[in-house]
Amino acid sequence: MSRPSRRPAGWPRLLGRGLLTLAAIAFLVAFLLLPLATVFVEALRQGIGAFFASIGQDEARSAIVLTLLVAVIAVPLNLVFGVAAAWVMARFEFRGKALLGAFIDLPFSVSPVVSGLVYVLLIGAQGWFGPWLDAHGITIIFAVPGLVLATMFITLPFVARELIPLMQAQGGEEEEAARVLGANGWQMFFRVTLPNIRWALLYGVLLCNARAMGEFGAVSVVSGHIRGLTTTIPLEVEMRYNEYDYVGAFAVASLLALLALLTLAVKSALEWRYGDELAAHAPGGR
Amino acid sequence: MTLELARLNRRFSDYPALNDVSLAIAPGEFLAVLGPSGSGKTTLLRILAGLDYPESGQVSFNGRDFLAAAPRQRNVGLVFQHYALFRHLTVAENVAFGLRVRPRRVRPKRADIDARVEHLLKRVQLEGFGRRYPSQLSGGQRQRVALARALAVEPELLLLDEPFGALDAQVRVALRRWLRRLHEELGLTTVFVTHDQEEALELADRIAVMNRGRIEQVGTPREIYQQPATPFVCEFIGKANHLALRREGERFVAGGWAFAGEPWMGEHARAIAYVRPEHLTLSATPTPGAWRAHLRHVYLAGAVAHLELDVAALDQPLEADMASEDLARMGLRAGDGLYVSPSHAVIFPLGRDGKPLAEDRWLWRVAVPAVPVRLPLQRPEAGVSPQRADGEMQR
Amino acid sequence: MRRRHFLPGFNLSLGYSLTYLGLIVLLPLAALAWKASGLGFDGLVRLLRVPRTLAALKLSFGGATLAAAINVVVGLLVAWVLVRYRFPGRRLFDAVVDLPFALPTAVAGIALTALYAPNGWIGRWLAEIGIKVAYTPVGVLVAMVFVGFPFVVRTLQPVLESLERDVEEAAETLGARRWQVFLKVILPMLAPTLLTGFALALARAVGEYGSVIFIAGNIPMKSEIAPLLIVQSLEQFDYAGAAALGVAMLAFSFVLLLAITLLQRWSHRWAESAP
Repeated sequence: MSRPSRRPAGWPRLLGRGLLTLAAIAFLVAFLLLPLATVFVEALRQGIGAFFASIGQDEARSAIVLTLLVAVIAVPLNLVFGVAAAWVMARFEFRGKALLGAFIDLPFSVSPVVSGLVYVLLIGAQGWFGPWLDAHGITIIFAVPGLVLATMFITLPFVARELIPLMQAQGGEEEEAARVLGANGWQMFFRVTLPNIRWALLYGVLLCNARAMGEFGAVSVVSGHIRGLTTTIPLEVEMRYNEYDYVGAFAVASLLALLALLTLAVKSALEWRYGDELAAHAPGGR
Repeated sequence: MTLELARLNRRFSDYPALNDVSLAIAPGEFLAVLGPSGSGKTTLLRILAGLDYPESGQVSFNGRDFLAAAPRQRNVGLVFQHYALFRHLTVAENVAFGLRVRPRRVRPKRADIDARVEHLLKRVQLEGFGRRYPSQLSGGQRQRVALARALAVEPELLLLDEPFGALDAQVRVALRRWLRRLHEELGLTTVFVTHDQEEALELADRIAVMNRGRIEQVGTPREIYQQPATPFVCEFIGKANHLALRREGERFVAGGWAFAGEPWMGEHARAIAYVRPEHLTLSATPTPGAWRAHLRHVYLAGAVAHLELDVAALDQPLEADMASEDLARMGLRAGDGLYVSPSHAVIFPLGRDGKPLAEDRWLWRVAVPAVPVRLPLQRPEAGVSPQRADGEMQR
Repeated sequence: MRRRHFLPGFNLSLGYSLTYLGLIVLLPLAALAWKASGLGFDGLVRLLRVPRTLAALKLSFGGATLAAAINVVVGLLVAWVLVRYRFPGRRLFDAVVDLPFALPTAVAGIALTALYAPNGWIGRWLAEIGIKVAYTPVGVLVAMVFVGFPFVVRTLQPVLESLERDVEEAAETLGARRWQVFLKVILPMLAPTLLTGFALALARAVGEYGSVIFIAGNIPMKSEIAPLLIVQSLEQFDYAGAAALGVAMLAFSFVLLLAITLLQRWSHRWAESAP
């Protein structure tokens, strides 16, 4: 809406706006964009050849494969959990619902290191199940299963957190209508519920995946840092950095930074395109 | 000593919210700005409050240039449609807000503020509610808090934006009569915006009817209802039957009924007549010129009955109103035949393009309405002679 | 209250959710609680009162509190500008806010270190005026501000958007100046949201590991954070020490989570009561 120029005291307010805007932009650039730029600049410091050489190394390749493997297991499991939890949280009233909600959120506020620690204490050599697992020849800690479990813990809330507010806002009327019209449970779910939440679901999966591939603290605790076997990309970054292989560290880090950029791009695109279907004020809801 | 709006223009992207609006409001007057949504009435109010500015035009209040003053310098009280109460403040703190934000040297002492808040809460009948939060009040109570808050700064001009729009029907009627009394007691100049004609007709000293950014008519409720100035006002205020008229010699005719005494000296060939449902006279026996009608349906709405009539001569239905009691006394039923004729009409000539010309309005009235309009069928022998009808023309 | 549900899948989805949550989250947490309870309260306190541990806890909690406070101020500024003003590139900058969410912590850690190291783009410039950031507690603070930043902005944005403009206009017509409108109307209405954002940023910063350890330099008694001590204890097979620190941090997480829940309930009550 254009304001007529006769508005009294217009220019001081405009000046104030300009200064506030500049301050905000300056902060965003210096504090958020510069670190991102640093990653790529440092990665390419010794030229594109060195960059490709260092991400082509065997350890880098096995780290990438392991990271993908972890995500491929953890993300679908949390997706199913997220949908189930959102369904029960958004459509039913029951005793202990608030507590369930709090537990779903819990991994968000637990330190990643503590998340790793609890698994070490549960299934590590000194833990609850450690001796039993050991006796049966199963290694979880300092092996791939531990990485997967810690990652599942960390990324557990992402999908549920996106879906619950949306489904609560949408209300259950459409699903009730589907039932009244004779749909069975799965028909109702696939024809009514899922189409209504698809973009929020995609959004949650995206965030979940980004976190699963980038998780460092929890994974670091349970990994044991066995190169080529239990190092994911973030751990590879750390090891190279600690070995003063800065170009190598930033080169591998740039892969994760690219993933982050891709995630942000898709996320923003989803928000612009389907903002209404992501936000909690969906039509038909109360 | 008046509030004068001169030639205000305000555009929003492409459509004009205000189009050359001029209006003078007298001190102590209770003026309603009435119009459909999007007619520009709220924009008008926001300009008066200093929340919006026109592209051109003047607003002066007691000779002072209003547009040069910021909202806080205007000494205006504004009550928002949804009240806009501060939900983090108690009722008393809400009312005191305007006094507490004053610069220290003109700010009343704390005790004085408290006393004034107390007084105002009493005035709006909310004594003892000072420590509650807005969320703990009903809609009508919130409305009165908003009013007390606006009055606390002792405004010279009180502005109300759809003040009763968000209330239940019963609260609405009670509150608006109360507001009218309050206005009289305080002697303020009050401008209120509404889309509800009943509200405007009942409350206001004068009404400004707005449509598409223009003021169609300004006048007392009686003038607006009885002598609508434009086709828009005819249609927007109350209900009206539309009749297409053709000139035959000296007279304008519709379905055999003649509207005599046209004031245009034969200038126009066609016209449109607006006839209110209560200005149709019903009779069981034929009267000269009256249309034969056929009662299709009766809608009983409490005290009033709406009759839907088929009129073959006009090839259109008409709606007539009468008291339910009279209807019962006459024993009229759907399917009955009867005779109907107009007693009053507002007539506009149609220009070459077929559009009505508002400036040539003709207020037509039957010459000798021998029959009381409300009880037409008790003395069916009394007729109406359209030949003796006279006309008057007003601008 | 027990009643039949019209919509299907209650038992299935509740059962599945509880089982999954129990196996993935609650069982491991119980293992930590079990390990810590084996130490006894005195044992726990004794392990935490080691000076080096105390220093790390102080840095983690103190630094995170300060970082969250900084984020409240800067976050309010950025959220305000993004919601209220229109300028070219606004959407891009809006997307940029999520970078700390999206960028893996290890990547952020080494990038911040490179940036603030004495020869880095910003560090070089700061070194000239005698400020050392990398490998000091200030570096820890910088990393904590970085990771907590989106929480405040993303919590504030929807609330700022839904703030009714007519309330501000009402204040203006009642004679308030712009700064009075901000201090007496906008800020109090945002207070619960700001506190929620503060708590979220605090929770994130206290437990943060990846982005902090590179820039911190990890000098004992000076720039060591509590999560790092946990990792080090584990590397030395000191499970008791790790569990003690872990349970202390977990307890703090619980308290914060409770606070956040209560805060959100408070702000929801306000939102519902909007006239």
